Amino acid sequence: MVPEILSDLVFDYTLRNVALGSALLGIVGGVLGTFAVLRRQGLLGDALSHTALPGIAIAFLLTNSKAPLVLMLGAAVAGWLGTLIIINLVRETRISEDSALGIVLTVFFGAGIVLLTYIQHNRGANQAGLDKFLFGQAATLVERTVLQMGAVGLVALLIVAVFYKEFKLLSFDPEFTASLGFPVRWLDVVLTSLIVAAVVIGLQTVGVVLMAAMLIGPAAAARQWTNQLGVMIFLSALFGATAGVAGSIISVQAARIPTGPMIVLCMTAIVLVSILFAPARGIVWEAIRLRRARKRNLERRRAELRGEPA
Amino acid sequence: MTTATTLNQSPVAVRDLTVAYREEPVLWDVDLTVPEGRLVAIVGPNGAGKSTLIKSILDLVPRTSGTVSVYGKPYKENRELVGYVPQRGSVDWDFPTTSLDIVQMGLYGKLGWIRRPGKKERRIAYECLEKVGMEDYADRQISQLSGGQQQRVFLARALAQDAEIYFMDEPFAGVDAATEAAIVNVMRDLRASGKTLIIVHHNLETVLEYFDWVVLLNVQVIASGPAEEAFTLENIRKAYGGRIAALNSLNGPEVDSSVLIGDD
Repeated sequence: MVPEILSDLVFDYTLRNVALGSALLGIVGGVLGTFAVLRRQGLLGDALSHTALPGIAIAFLLTNSKAPLVLMLGAAVAGWLGTLIIINLVRETRISEDSALGIVLTVFFGAGIVLLTYIQHNRGANQAGLDKFLFGQAATLVERTVLQMGAVGLVALLIVAVFYKEFKLLSFDPEFTASLGFPVRWLDVVLTSLIVAAVVIGLQTVGVVLMAAMLIGPAAAARQWTNQLGVMIFLSALFGATAGVAGSIISVQAARIPTGPMIVLCMTAIVLVSILFAPARGIVWEAIRLRRARKRNLERRRAELRGEPA
Repeated sequence: MTTATTLNQSPVAVRDLTVAYREEPVLWDVDLTVPEGRLVAIVGPNGAGKSTLIKSILDLVPRTSGTVSVYGKPYKENRELVGYVPQRGSVDWDFPTTSLDIVQMGLYGKLGWIRRPGKKERRIAYECLEKVGMEDYADRQISQLSGGQQQRVFLARALAQDAEIYFMDEPFAGVDAATEAAIVNVMRDLRASGKTLIIVHHNLETVLEYFDWVVLLNVQVIASGPAEEAFTLENIRKAYGGRIAALNSLNGPEVDSSVLIGDD
């Protein structure tokens, strides 16, 4: 069984592309999700991915092309626009951040669904494939798309590597960052744009609806296992990639299970295990430590009552 | 017009500063000049604009009108002369890193873009932790520190900035006695080497003990000057309104502490 899966990963065209694409998403989503989670902006990732949907539809309507690169570009523009609207709503009005996220997410997503329905009814049956971007349909990934996703991901990771120090400072203490003279607003826009890039990479594998799980899940799990930012980023990427590959294998082997939701389920399993069993922060160990401490205290008190020295 | 020479000599000069987030001004027509080498307390009730004053000097909040200069120049031209200790509660202390790493952040401004801290930066950061008595906690995860220890790490980070003038936003808020003593020691050492410290302070009891210059603030500047001259009963009443009723004396220990409640 295991050697068979391994050889399929290398030689089976579909599984190889699906697994590679999902692993890529897991790595890029994991790295950027770390910063999003540490800045308490997990929901921003969710809003961003939903806002990408109308961009896909409009890109198709304008170009009549279903080429992944065109649609990815449309998604990126819409996601970016959505971010700018959210940032400015929060800055210029009294609307709070969670409300702004909610408004923009639903308006863009609603518009996207309307446009998708319009396309399905008016542009003939062969165009009906766009709805795969809702929940992803990784089986249709071709090698060229995976390579394009890889290029986008590589650029995003390189930018994180170059500005690691600045992003870390911004994530911990934006006010201090500004006092040192770093352009906080600009850094913020760059970091958010990189999350847009991660969303674009995930369009075909998990789709816009489930994307947030691949941004928040890996980082939330990784935080459980380490107290160092560098290690957290690495673990987050590792967890994301693992979920991506595992989900791909299960869905392709057991045919008819959609890849995106399966990847998200694998991610959830990793998050659950981390929340329960991670050594320092896991719930289970904490409960055991608490119980042992109580027992020790109880025994000490009994000993004291019996008049023995503590 | 003030002459150029006084502006040049003053670590901080604020002219006609007004700040308004919405319609109501948070700071109104503030004029302030602070002499070099002093421990300056900014004192006033909640909502008096104390933090806003510091933040507007550091260009962290936009000024509605007025000008600010640091050693005679706009802040952005002289920011390497400035160290900053924000309020401890303004950051998430569950951030995955160590005390030493946080202190190294004080060097990021001098490092500039992209360059990473190395051995030299680690050594400087360690020395700064020693100055606040936190060297044993260098590799400790910051979420495991007590409130007072976190405050000392923040202070060490500002020391790493190696500045001429330091702004501190309520460094004594919610800290233990050991930390308070450590901070006061560092403050006095800095003054001894000619640095200027501008500190938002809450506890009226310790103003005269710790500081030699006082700015009483309540949206406007109520009084500003040498501690004994500015921190008078009358001025405190003006700044705090009716909230401090029975203040009899301001000469140190005999002040009835029960009526000297700050706010918080």
